[in-house]
Amino acid sequence: MTESVTDSAAGAPQSSRAERPPRPSGRLPGLSPEPELVQLLTPEGERVEHPTYSLDISDEELRGLYRDLVLVRRVDAEATALQRQGELGIWASLLGQEAAQVGSGRAMAEDDYAFPTYREHGVAWCRGVDPLNLLGLFRGINHGGWDPNEKNFHLYTIVIGAQTLHATGYAMGMQKDGADGAVIAYFGDGATSQGDVNEAFIFASVFNAPVVFFCQNNQWAISEPIEKQSRIPLYQRALGFGFPGIRVDGNDVLAVLAVTRAALENAREGSGPTLVEAYTYRMGAHTTSDDPTRYRLTGELESWKLKDPVERVKAYLVRTGKADQAFLDALEKESDELAAHVRTGCLEMVDPEPLSIFDHVYAERHPLVEEEREQFAAYLETFEDATGRH
Amino acid sequence: MATITLAKGITMGLRKAMESDPRVLVMGEDVGKLGGVFRVTDGLQKDFGEDRVIDTPLAESGIIGTAIGLALRGYRPVCEIQFDGFVYPAFDQIVSQLAKMRARALGKVALPVVVRIPVGGGIGAVEHHSESNEAYFAHTAGLKVVVCSNPVDAYFMTQQAILTDDPVILYEPKRRYWEKAELDDSLTVEQATPLHQARVVHEGTDVTVATYGPLVKTAMEAATAADEEGTSLEVVDLRSLSPLDMTTLRASVEKTGRLVVTHEAPVFLGMGAEVAARITEQCFYSLEAPVLRVGGFDTPYPPSRVEEDYLPDLDRILDAVDRSLAF
Repeated sequence: MTESVTDSAAGAPQSSRAERPPRPSGRLPGLSPEPELVQLLTPEGERVEHPTYSLDISDEELRGLYRDLVLVRRVDAEATALQRQGELGIWASLLGQEAAQVGSGRAMAEDDYAFPTYREHGVAWCRGVDPLNLLGLFRGINHGGWDPNEKNFHLYTIVIGAQTLHATGYAMGMQKDGADGAVIAYFGDGATSQGDVNEAFIFASVFNAPVVFFCQNNQWAISEPIEKQSRIPLYQRALGFGFPGIRVDGNDVLAVLAVTRAALENAREGSGPTLVEAYTYRMGAHTTSDDPTRYRLTGELESWKLKDPVERVKAYLVRTGKADQAFLDALEKESDELAAHVRTGCLEMVDPEPLSIFDHVYAERHPLVEEEREQFAAYLETFEDATGRH
Repeated sequence: MATITLAKGITMGLRKAMESDPRVLVMGEDVGKLGGVFRVTDGLQKDFGEDRVIDTPLAESGIIGTAIGLALRGYRPVCEIQFDGFVYPAFDQIVSQLAKMRARALGKVALPVVVRIPVGGGIGAVEHHSESNEAYFAHTAGLKVVVCSNPVDAYFMTQQAILTDDPVILYEPKRRYWEKAELDDSLTVEQATPLHQARVVHEGTDVTVATYGPLVKTAMEAATAADEEGTSLEVVDLRSLSPLDMTTLRASVEKTGRLVVTHEAPVFLGMGAEVAARITEQCFYSLEAPVLRVGGFDTPYPPSRVEEDYLPDLDRILDAVDRSLAF
């Protein structure tokens, strides 16, 4: 039925047009003008309280979080250097996102399970994954290769957003098992435009799956700013899917820890999914192959440097006397040792044997794969050094 | 003995698998209360509950993606894709995730997921309901692709696919869902023909006709008609497209010296191309004629009023047989 027919129908209220809500102009109705940002530690290193999310944390735990942040940043810097020296084909730096990853990683309980993108080096660290395990795919010796069940840390997923469905399915399985655990699905601001992420939201919602959707909004999907992905703050999308969304200062490790811990606890208790938007900034390039000077102003980076996730914790620790120089010196030494471990381990990684190409394609026998392996092996045998390498 | 339809064979296979392993789940659109649009999952939710027979949101990528997660958790999901032409939204999850995850993990995970897809034309349906897209998946390493052609195979192949520790695409020829056959239900899955083994379904001496799925019946009819004309066709039901059982097919071609491959899918880069290339390589000196292919055309699947012209039928198969013999 068309509008004019309705309006001219006998008995139609004359005021019907006037009662319609105004057309949205710029900002959509019902959305707060200034999205709330949960923060417990300001960029200047001041501890602040939040009415909903409090955090009772010991000095030792605080020092532990700082240690994580420093070490994760150091691993990242070493990997970037290794790429620049030709030892890695590419590296996806987490610079600037340390607090989002350490805070959420440390919020996980042992039985919880993480499904990362390819940038979650900080989460891997918190799960106890040796950073060397992460280098294989960037060096080109494997596509990941670690056992995801060893540390409940799934393999890196490169196709944007695909892992959010795996996380949701895994959570549905935990729910069926009656397990006391929850899943955390990592993704970025660009991924929120993917169908898979939206489907994951829907499945998690209707099945009330114990999963936390942890979105690191680092403001950039390679060259595209967040405005190319969304007209509303990302966390507000959750409402449309029927579960809570919350924006947290992603550069505040304490706030991320508190918010993620609460979201995981809700999931474990059967309250279903939560979308956490960790508002942060990708301080480096998308990967070592990227050149951000082509699409963003350096002033933006400078302003985010003032909100650095590592420096604010150091400022707080030092000013309050929770960490002394001996602690900082010891951490620097540990950091150097870890970097050396990463460097040495990377250089010692051996290339896979050519015939390993055929391994692990199938769990069961596959005549075609076996036939090709045999043929290729016979071909390699025709070379003098029997490796096929000239 | 029991008389069953092909659809019923799958239902019984699913039921058997669910009874013997509590980790087996059935999931898809309308598979619960409705029992699927073809009623293949009829009665399963009533008997196994909503926890194991899951009506999912209407999102194919979501179905496969969450099935992967469930498999990582130790379940063995059987996903139903409602029609062949609706599998494409799940393409990334199937070819980039399901197929490759085991290799990505260097063998440290298994993905025992079955994707059931009603396939092919001949039912007078609207667009996207009659496609044959098996080549996409057979082309993807990490997947196994099988096609059942009769009720007994449907019963056993369903169970075998579910028992497989690799992802399996199980194609079901939808226009044969109502074909009937006798099932000896005292037989166990261990006694069945291995999942990836082809089968000679009609012995002959002059020309081999290799096919699978819906066209096995058509090829059998062609063999009967050819017999009356004094030509002896050997019909091979390939059953498994990945891996392909070349041993059975090679033995047949070495005997007859002639091969016609037929399928509903377009000929260009279809399964027939692979079979022709392999037979030419492996049986070159046995061949009396080039391998000929009979399939769908390189067009979109046509409107149903002309689908009979598109689909290979008895006459087109016999025409190819004649051309092979005349070579």
